Amino acid sequence: MLGIDPTKIAFFAEVLVSGLLSGVLYALVALGFVLIFKASGVFNFAQGAMVLVAGLALVRAFGWLEASMPFWLALPLAIIFAGAVMTGIAWAVERFVLRKLVNQTALTLFMATIGISFVLEGLGQQIFGAQVYKLDLGLPRDNLFALESLFDGGILLNKLDLWSAVLAAVLVAALVIFFQKTRMGRALRAVADDHSAAQSVGIPLTRVWFVVWTVAGLVAIAAASIWGSKVGVQFSLVFVSLKALPVIILGGLTSIPGAIVGGLLIGAGEKLAEVYLGPSVGGGIEQWFAYVVALVVLLVRPQGLFGDRIIERI
Amino acid sequence: MTVMSAPMTFAVPSLCSPHAVSSGTPTDHAGAAACCLLEIDRVSLRFGGIKALNDVSFDIRSGEIRAIIGPNGAGKTSMLNCINGFYRPSSGHIVFEGVRRTHTRPSIAARGGIARTFQNVALFKGMTVLDNIMTGRALKIRSGILKQLIRFGPALSEEIEHRRKVEEIIEFLEIQAIRKTPVGKLPYGLQKRVELGRALAMEPRLLLLDEPMAGMNLEEKEDMSRFIVEVNRTYRTTITLIEHDIGVVMNLSDRIVVLDHGCKIADGTPAEIKSNQQVIEAYLGVGG
Amino acid sequence: MFYREAGHFKDNYRADMATFPIREDRIGIITLLLIALVAIPLVHLAGIPPFAGDYFFNAILIPFLILAMAAIGLNLLAGYCGQISLGAGAFMGVGAYAAYNIAIRIPEMPLVLTFLLAGAVSALAGLAFGFPSLRIKGLYLAVATLAAQFFLDWAFLRMAWITNYSPSGSVSAPPLVFAGWHADTPVERYLVVLVFTIVVAWGASNLVRGNLGRQWMAIRDMDIAAEIIGIRPIQSKLTAFAISSFVLGLAGALWAFANLRSWEPYAFSIDRSFQLLFIVIIGGLGSIIGCFLGAAFILLLPLIVDAVPRWLSIPVPAGAGSNITLVVFGALILLTLIFEPHGLARIWGIAKHKLRRWPFPY
Repeated sequence: MLGIDPTKIAFFAEVLVSGLLSGVLYALVALGFVLIFKASGVFNFAQGAMVLVAGLALVRAFGWLEASMPFWLALPLAIIFAGAVMTGIAWAVERFVLRKLVNQTALTLFMATIGISFVLEGLGQQIFGAQVYKLDLGLPRDNLFALESLFDGGILLNKLDLWSAVLAAVLVAALVIFFQKTRMGRALRAVADDHSAAQSVGIPLTRVWFVVWTVAGLVAIAAASIWGSKVGVQFSLVFVSLKALPVIILGGLTSIPGAIVGGLLIGAGEKLAEVYLGPSVGGGIEQWFAYVVALVVLLVRPQGLFGDRIIERI
Repeated sequence: MTVMSAPMTFAVPSLCSPHAVSSGTPTDHAGAAACCLLEIDRVSLRFGGIKALNDVSFDIRSGEIRAIIGPNGAGKTSMLNCINGFYRPSSGHIVFEGVRRTHTRPSIAARGGIARTFQNVALFKGMTVLDNIMTGRALKIRSGILKQLIRFGPALSEEIEHRRKVEEIIEFLEIQAIRKTPVGKLPYGLQKRVELGRALAMEPRLLLLDEPMAGMNLEEKEDMSRFIVEVNRTYRTTITLIEHDIGVVMNLSDRIVVLDHGCKIADGTPAEIKSNQQVIEAYLGVGG
Repeated sequence: MFYREAGHFKDNYRADMATFPIREDRIGIITLLLIALVAIPLVHLAGIPPFAGDYFFNAILIPFLILAMAAIGLNLLAGYCGQISLGAGAFMGVGAYAAYNIAIRIPEMPLVLTFLLAGAVSALAGLAFGFPSLRIKGLYLAVATLAAQFFLDWAFLRMAWITNYSPSGSVSAPPLVFAGWHADTPVERYLVVLVFTIVVAWGASNLVRGNLGRQWMAIRDMDIAAEIIGIRPIQSKLTAFAISSFVLGLAGALWAFANLRSWEPYAFSIDRSFQLLFIVIIGGLGSIIGCFLGAAFILLLPLIVDAVPRWLSIPVPAGAGSNITLVVFGALILLTLIFEPHGLARIWGIAKHKLRRWPFPY
């Protein structure tokens, strides 16, 4: 720190931390992607729409329930309602789409998820409304200053962001444990490795698909509630969630640690780029920065940071 | 031309069983070397800790039908994959028409005149039989994009020229009736025939056939054997094939290489292979 | 009865390889061309509805033709070469802005040449974004093309020289003039677009039946096998990228000059990309005729979604229309993929097949 203005460092740290905090959210949505990709080989474009629907279901149910009962009761009920909605979606997707498209190419399945995404967006907005809804889950929103001993004045943090990060981190840990330690998690990994082998030892594919889509739906609720608290539940959540795509390209399509590290890197990278590079090119580069990073990764290291090397067989 | 191949199993110390016998006599090799089309020189292939091929050497002479046999997992398909550049050998060389390479790319091998078919049919499922075989002509079509865009005059004549060649192959393989059927809709036996047709359309100098008769019934096998022999006779195409049906192999091939666990255990004429003790052991699982 | 091959024997390969091997098809396409080129303008002059006013040309025919052309561009890449793209709209945008910049900076350039150059610029952009995807397979490409979409969206909005420093970001195209002929009225613009579309459709159908088209389809169906018969995947894919983007760019230039005439960057947003993808999927992946069927379908569907409740006098709350359209589009995609992966083009083919045998079932 010799010769560098400490306030500049503090500013840098602020930007970095706020980037990392949104990176945790990217990681969360990216986990949903990786989960579905690992277990069913589907590149799920509908993850963004799922976040939107989850958020809308949560915020509308919560608003309606809160009017007639105390907060501590309304919130869990609203979450349960949203969970039921996402489970229903998972069931419908498995029953009416995936099951009909068994053995189709990955490309067909991908296009199908685009179709799913449109259906969810349309239905979600038709049923739950299409405005911007404020979501207040009772998390503290005031600012606090950290590391005052290190920097003059400390660095400015928002408590909501911190809570979000803690919540997301807990969820990420829970998912990792689910994948590594539980019976269902092992079944999921088995399916990911080899569909027909998994089937032949008695793992029912359709149930596995249902479970991963449900879990991805629950992840979507978490992401939606955190984002919703920050910026309100609105259509743009779809595009924010889409950033999980470049995140998993960076991290490696099949890697859970990859999704986490990728999320953090992208989150921090795009904030820093916006603040430090943005002004010189007209701003707004957050919109594409993550994607261009993914593009470069594809060029230099197609399997991503943690992905499995792609071995071809014939 | 210089003599390129010495009798290799004698010259090369092998990690495989010391009893490996090359039944071809030294004079045999010396005579053949002049027209040796392809030479496998101490090729090894490793996947992680697994040795798929271990110091394998043999040659393929111009104009012959050469069979590679062996139990499952012996490394037969890996050998073909090395020859046409789909795998890169961990060590050793492959000499094709006098050009020595450690590795190649499939598209380069194709340009060099190596065609192949696959164990599991690798056709273009969405395209018709005719179009599938026409893709085999891809390297020979010269018209540029602009000419193809206008598809008139020279480009069209060229297209027709190649169509005529392809129709000859269709006739040869007796699949005229299905020429406009998408291959995805064809039964397995016919798909294998179409795949052979696509390879033939490339007018290869070396044709690699990976289990051309797998999953076929007797009649289909007879048809396929007839096609293979005719291709070999009429076009003088050198053929290397992998096949499990020993009867077929013994009838068709001029010389046979036997692989087991990635090692060459025998090499020679059908008669010699038939009486080779090691081959019998490998197949019956005795001894080890 | 009236439409069958019986009796038309082809005695040479040239006849068998013609664009329309069946005589009735040839008659059909010539009739269609005559209607499009001659009858529709005449009917318009005669003032017979629905061709009398400008509405039909502005709202249906011109967008239909340009979207069909753009869909051909996307279909070459996605349907024939199997490389999915979510950035088709952005490449239309590249064509539009390139044409705009060439036209205002070099006004003496003939407009046809301007459009072709715009296509070339778009082809270069396509190559630039297609390049990273060469090392990887199909699905990753979705992300690479999303990168193109979001980056180009941003560029159209923030790089001021692209819009010639227009303060609002919206620009107006110079008039459509070809060798002194002003194409100002909707019918004239329709004719311009029609001619371009016919040429593109004809060229594309030639390409896909030739060597290049077969190479693309080989890569789509099984890239490893394609490589083993000597096709260079990188080269073929790059050509597909370039030609696809060229057509998209040309369509974009026409969309800007002949359809919108003044536009904002939003005209080429990701919504446009999805619209094109839907046309291609519903119309039929790997089919030129499907692009036309799909484009007609996608343009008419919102009108139908709008009109059906009115006919049935079902009250529809305000704003529900667009949601219902979303759901219907999504559901149609799913239905198409599940029940008829080759889309309307296949349904059309089956209908022709049945007609060929009519009145006998076999």
